Amino acid sequence: MSPDGMTGAPGLQPGHSRRNFIKGVIAAGATVSASSYLFRTTIMGQNDGMAGAVERLITLDVNGQQRRVDVLKNETLAMTLRYKLGLTGTKLGCDRSECGACTVLVDDVPRYACSVLTHSVRGKKVQSIEGLAAPDGTLHPVQQAVVDGQGFQCAFCMPGFVMATVGYLKTNPSPTRAELAHGISGNLCRCADYNKILDCMMVAADKSRGA
Amino acid sequence: MPPIRDVMPAFELFQPASVGDALGVLDRHGADAWVMAGGMDTFDWLKDRIKRPKVVVDLGMVEELRGIKDAAGGLEIGAMTTLTTVAHNPLVKERFPLLAEAALIVASPQIRNQGTVGGNVSQDARCWYYRAGWPCYRAGGNICYADTPTAINREHAIFNADRCVAVNPSDTAPALIALDAEFVIKRGSAERVVPAREFFVGPGIDITRLTVLQPGDLLTAIRIPATWAGKAHYFEKVRDRQVWDFALVNIAASLNMSGTTISDARMVVNGVAAEPYRLDAVEAAIKGKPRDKATADLAADLAVQGAVPLQHNAYKIPLVKALVKRAIRGEAEWATS
Repeated sequence: MSPDGMTGAPGLQPGHSRRNFIKGVIAAGATVSASSYLFRTTIMGQNDGMAGAVERLITLDVNGQQRRVDVLKNETLAMTLRYKLGLTGTKLGCDRSECGACTVLVDDVPRYACSVLTHSVRGKKVQSIEGLAAPDGTLHPVQQAVVDGQGFQCAFCMPGFVMATVGYLKTNPSPTRAELAHGISGNLCRCADYNKILDCMMVAADKSRGA
Repeated sequence: MPPIRDVMPAFELFQPASVGDALGVLDRHGADAWVMAGGMDTFDWLKDRIKRPKVVVDLGMVEELRGIKDAAGGLEIGAMTTLTTVAHNPLVKERFPLLAEAALIVASPQIRNQGTVGGNVSQDARCWYYRAGWPCYRAGGNICYADTPTAINREHAIFNADRCVAVNPSDTAPALIALDAEFVIKRGSAERVVPAREFFVGPGIDITRLTVLQPGDLLTAIRIPATWAGKAHYFEKVRDRQVWDFALVNIAASLNMSGTTISDARMVVNGVAAEPYRLDAVEAAIKGKPRDKATADLAADLAVQGAVPLQHNAYKIPLVKALVKRAIRGEAEWATS
């Protein structure tokens, strides 16, 4: 299976670009959401009215935007971000909390999006790699440090590392190299570029402090 | 097992906002309900289709289960308090650094940010035959796949095996036992308080679960008395790699010193039996003795009496001995953590 999990996805025909396919999925998601809204009473009828029962149609705060989305009860945040909201910068590596590629911030705290139920982030602020740059396109200091230092080889793990670093620097803005290594130790790089990644992220810490 | 990439099988989801509502849902759904704290143990079971609960009760919205508060010089820790919070809480670090150290080396930063102390003590066994869905004793069958001549059992039990040879994988569990903690369990309108040691059960009592929690039970809080606040302590975890890994063996010790001699002690190792293994004989033998080499040697020999290694885990015997010696002498050889 390809790293982004697209191989074998229904409707992916030779000659269709991955980007178009993703757009199609997003459109389909929007359709599903709309029909759920129209038949809202039916959706509500599925619940038995007990305390704690959940609605499928929810509003998420993603990258500062309110996103209305139809979410399965058994759906993970990584699935919602990638396949409902089109935010494919969040990668799915292991889908088992063991690689860190799907790391996003939930209320500023790094979490594995593959192992968070989307319903559990209602009312919380979700930030993915797409939400880091300023509205005018200015990169976040951590992103800029990665670009400048070229710390990654294949960079599949990069969005997760960047989000883990951004989150860790919020709790410790001036880490030693060892502290930073421990702080972002929940992310794997199969190219084993750890030294270069840490070089970049130490520069990123300086940039983030405005040093 | 290769990862399955599509979504987990469907379940009914409840996200109660209070303990009362959670208990109501659990009462109504009985054995069909799966209690989910941080979910770090849960999602593997569900994604691999090994366990397929009809109802998942996510406790993430129950704010009253989070937080750490003073309790007469001790602490009461809500079951949904994350391991990160426990590891960095000033009160925990000041009074019970043993627990802070244990919480800080669980798994990875993201897992500690989401995983809870209640979930860490309630998590299921890691035996891969069991987790891969083999119909073993622990899964309700009548064979152990890990205790056969060709099995891979490097991580399994050396003490008190009874048909099943799986071990308890928790890092905070031995620390909490060494602090004489108590676990508060609610069920319906009833509440019971269980000493940490009695919270965990071996296969002789119930081969299908690692704790006393039955369907309908909810672990709500962990109480640590003031008894061991500020006393000497030792925690060490030995694992193959320094992130993510469960302990091959870990040790938690509390030592009350009277001058240069040990007046009282608690010493617990985990990763060696189905329940955290408390070293009663060691605790009794080291009372009144100094923290020196003679005491350490005596304790190490006592600690492994009765150990029965499997094909591939005899290394755990010298490992337990070494950890007991270091706990008594206080010679920390910290791995990066």
